[in-house]
Amino acid sequence: MRLTDLPLRQPAYVDLIDWTLLSASEGQRLREFGLCEGASVEALHRGGLWGKGPVACRIGRMTIAMRRAHAAAVIVRTGPVTEADEQA
Amino acid sequence: MSALPLVALVGNPNAGKSALFNALTGARQKLGNYPGVTVERKAGRLALSDGRPIELVDLPGTYSLSPGSPDEQVTRDVVMGRQAGERRPDALVIVVDAANLDNHLRFALELIALGLPTVVALNMVDLATRDGLELDAAVLSRELGVPVVSTVAVRKRGLDHLREALESLLNGAPRAYPSGEPRDFDANRAEARRIARAAIVRETPSRRLTAAVDRVALHPVAGLVLLLALLFVMFQAVYAWSEAPIAFIEGLAEAAATAVRDTLPDGILRSFLIDGVINGVGSVVVFLPQILILFFFILMLEATGYMVRAAFLMDGLMARVGLSGRAFIPLLSSFACAVPGIMATRTIADPKDRLTTILIAPLMTCSARLPVYAVIIGAFIPARDVGYGVGLQGLVLFCLYVAGIVGAMLVALVLRMTVTKGASGGFLMEMPKYQWPRPQDIALGLWQRAVIFLKRAGTIIFASTVILWLLLSFPRVPDGDPTSQVDHSIAGRIASGLQVVLEPVGFNRDISLALIPAMAAREVAVSALATVYSIDAGDDEAALEQSLGDRLKSQWPLPTALAFLAWFIFAPQCISTIAVTRRETNGWRWPLFMVGYLFVLAYAAAGITYWTATAAGL
Repeated sequence: MRLTDLPLRQPAYVDLIDWTLLSASEGQRLREFGLCEGASVEALHRGGLWGKGPVACRIGRMTIAMRRAHAAAVIVRTGPVTEADEQA
Repeated sequence: MSALPLVALVGNPNAGKSALFNALTGARQKLGNYPGVTVERKAGRLALSDGRPIELVDLPGTYSLSPGSPDEQVTRDVVMGRQAGERRPDALVIVVDAANLDNHLRFALELIALGLPTVVALNMVDLATRDGLELDAAVLSRELGVPVVSTVAVRKRGLDHLREALESLLNGAPRAYPSGEPRDFDANRAEARRIARAAIVRETPSRRLTAAVDRVALHPVAGLVLLLALLFVMFQAVYAWSEAPIAFIEGLAEAAATAVRDTLPDGILRSFLIDGVINGVGSVVVFLPQILILFFFILMLEATGYMVRAAFLMDGLMARVGLSGRAFIPLLSSFACAVPGIMATRTIADPKDRLTTILIAPLMTCSARLPVYAVIIGAFIPARDVGYGVGLQGLVLFCLYVAGIVGAMLVALVLRMTVTKGASGGFLMEMPKYQWPRPQDIALGLWQRAVIFLKRAGTIIFASTVILWLLLSFPRVPDGDPTSQVDHSIAGRIASGLQVVLEPVGFNRDISLALIPAMAAREVAVSALATVYSIDAGDDEAALEQSLGDRLKSQWPLPTALAFLAWFIFAPQCISTIAVTRRETNGWRWPLFMVGYLFVLAYAAAGITYWTATAAGL
């Protein structure tokens, strides 16, 4: 499931990040924000009246605002925590 | 004298670095610029417990040593000792947010690896505790290999410990710091996470204030209503709260003019002091209260963490004209003044987004236009109620602000399709926790703004008023000659030439005259008109008694006044804006382009307004 489709306030984990959808600087900034495979994420708010605005989500302990195009690059997984998640 | 030891404060944005800096240095701060870039250099002095002074510099917040913006580049270059105009710091204070250790420690590890003497300030421990997080600073210090001090900017104890830690760093013999192989990004992150886990003693999930507030503040409907309500209150307050202090300043200027009139004999010196200095500079200083109120709101919105929420709400709308929600913050600041607004665009990473934002920033109605609007509206728009308790004067003012915003959006749209064509840069921002700002920080910010404004009034505005007074007063009209002093003066003759161009849009000689010195700063248009009419009145007691508004009303037709207002929506003239644009865009190309397009729009807007109003028989 993409982060854009994740229901609000349902905790999930990052499964995969499609870096090709992000520019080098965007990828770098998102990594600095703590986005990585295995990080815990939660979609908090969607902006815009028609759901076309940015998404506010929690990554680890940080709250980040990003556009839908960026959020679409993040594949998430709900369900039990795996050992890999703990390591990350 | 050998230079003082230099200590740099570094850390992530939102780590509470600036509050800590203010708490450590108090009001003894020096604001400057790094040479060649417009990144602000904030430095202050701090006395160690043995009385030895050190210089503390507050570096722009950044997430890593791989810069994403000019601000962040300065931080990297300073800590690497590569920044022109700055010596390499003798020690670093790394500020980390106690509630966001995993992330902030990664950057801290990157900084510690530089090998400079370092102390870590574990900041905002109070907020972490509020969120149910308990940390062990000793564990952190052991794992990082550098001293760690718990700090809360408002509490003295942590600050004293930090000072002591700095003292032993600067006194102590150079120590071996963990250097070894520099780790890569992922290794640093894993290490940061391990250390953070070791340092966390207890973590109890607790009710989070920020999440609760955000449910309203970021709601697509409620959030937008809240934002509009805040902006409405802000602009109302600019008028409602400023009446008394403005009356006070006007009283002072009047008293000064009377005192000069009573003590000095009639002559050139008296005319210079009253017409030039007191009338000219006084008519601008009077706007200090309104500017401070506006800045108060902007500083509060920034310090509480709300500004980022506003950007989040506006991103959808901004995206439609090819801008990022981030542009909202500099554009909102531009309502106070385009200069800090344009400087604030440095946080926009995408160069084309940033350039577009810089180019439209002057269209936001800055506080320097307020004097012009206030005088013209006061004189020509009747103070009538248009129903529902809305005054016509306020409504016109509101429309002028809206016209500026709409104009800016249209210009952005056109620019994004032409000169700044390219993919949109996107919107990525950290949303900090809400917090109540320290009153001292807000007061300090206002004080710094007031000093900047008064310096401007005392230099640029003073100088241009004096020059205008000179140009208006010489050559003197010979006795018995019926021509007025203004017509006879150098300035009057220049204005008559300029009027040829401006007459088609309804501008008279006095406006042409006022527009020249208004190049220095827009509000000078008002002081210039005041000086013109003051000199024109000469010894005519009745005319001197008249206020500037009354004089304008008796001399200008309504279409001219409206055209003048329309001109000022786009008003290109402001030397400081042009200068800051040149610095920010590294050349003359963009400032010239900006001035050019603003002139064209201003001329067209004034013309259309004048012709329409004339045709409508106003």
